[in-house]
Amino acid sequence: MSLPQDLHFSKDHEWVKLDDDGVATVGITDYAQHSLGDIVYVELPKVGAVVAQHGNVGVIESVKAVSDLFTPVAGVIAEVNGALDADSSVLNREPYTDGWLFKVKDVSSDQLDNLLDAAAYEKLTAE
Amino acid sequence: MTAETLKRTALHDEHLKLGGRLVPFGGFEMPVQYAGILKEHDAVRNRAGLFDLSHMGQFVLEGENVARWAEGLTINAIESMKPLQARYNIFCNAAGGAHDDVIFYRLDGRWLLVVNAGNADKMWSLLNAHVGDSGVKLTSYHGKNALVAIQGPKSVAMLQPHVDVDLSAVKYYFCTEATVYGKKTVLARTGYTGEDGFELFVDGADAPEIWNGLLRDHSAEGLEPCGLGARDVLRLEAGMPLYGHELTEEISPVQAGLTWALKMAKPAFTGKDALAAQLEGDTFPRIAGLVMAGRAPAREGYKVFSGDREVGEIRSGSMAPSCGGKNIATALLSKDAATVGTELEVEIRGARHAATVVTTPLYKRPK
Repeated sequence: MSLPQDLHFSKDHEWVKLDDDGVATVGITDYAQHSLGDIVYVELPKVGAVVAQHGNVGVIESVKAVSDLFTPVAGVIAEVNGALDADSSVLNREPYTDGWLFKVKDVSSDQLDNLLDAAAYEKLTAE
Repeated sequence: MTAETLKRTALHDEHLKLGGRLVPFGGFEMPVQYAGILKEHDAVRNRAGLFDLSHMGQFVLEGENVARWAEGLTINAIESMKPLQARYNIFCNAAGGAHDDVIFYRLDGRWLLVVNAGNADKMWSLLNAHVGDSGVKLTSYHGKNALVAIQGPKSVAMLQPHVDVDLSAVKYYFCTEATVYGKKTVLARTGYTGEDGFELFVDGADAPEIWNGLLRDHSAEGLEPCGLGARDVLRLEAGMPLYGHELTEEISPVQAGLTWALKMAKPAFTGKDALAAQLEGDTFPRIAGLVMAGRAPAREGYKVFSGDREVGEIRSGSMAPSCGGKNIATALLSKDAATVGTELEVEIRGARHAATVVTTPLYKRPK
């Protein structure tokens, strides 16, 4: 799966797409889903929760393991992907599209300076 | 344990070629998965899977007195085993806890004893400490011999063309000595998946040819290399205990619900008095099966509650594809909480999640 070039990335392997209205969509990268293996459960933050950049906001569970989920941007949780409740395997299949995790509003664009662009993330995961 | 000190099985290079993800297990670098746990699980339930279990300890026991000698160290009967029969057994400590759960294979002129990888050193010491003047000769093939398992509804048909004996003549929990791809093996109709299949005990040097041959000749029919991740889900669904989880030095076979393997009519054996007292009192915490109501998996160590009262802890847990995708678990529970049908709650990250005590095994293969 090729890396979408218009996203920003955290070292914790989340991606974020910030729209002009200050709403950011967050997911995990293809590298992350591959490392985790078959994902069977996702625990997402509550809508309205105030979250800090790189803060722990939930868990992602594969068949074998529980992993912490972090948010790459600070703000207020605006929406979570409810479809993952019924079928979290979409995270394995479509991590950059249907497998999005949550949306954060009131996100300041200067936060992106603390994240990696596609080229830098590609370098990180190639190491 | 660092990577330098981990041992490698005879199939290590094959795992790397197949993209296996290697993790430390029982002192070895073992594949936890190849293509993915769910895909591998599906292969074993519906077609066949191939496992490298060479980390397991293989000991050969020789001498006229092996059976009588081993009776005193184990809870199940050994002398009554027929030629080429295999039998599950447990070595207990004096308090009734389990040193290890094992399988004895009665071969022609010798016995094969297969022990858990993580217990192999402990068991080797224990056996040697008890040899005394019994005349029993012990030889360890741990790390030298390989063990390859082929499991699943199509496994016997896949294996048969490469074997010089009729596999239909080898009944469940029996074994034979035969060649596979021309290599000498002990072939046993045993396994740890809840499916039909064979386990092949073979010299490590011969293992790659068998492993690669089976994958080359049967991948098109759906044979998949499978890791320890899939194996753990398969055994949990099939209600089989895993040492260190349902059975430990502290959790006895009586507590683990393995009384079918306990032969109290045998004369003295290590742990007999303690196990008799447990059976008599019947107050002990015990292993029970759970099904979670929701989608959050129960994991080892999570606390289990009945109302406000803590009644035990989870020992194993996983999403179970063969149980409708529900999350299943085993728990060590106080007696009153362990009755089938009891509604309990599992604490997961501070929140309570509903669970019900169920009859195990939750998966039985179609006959």
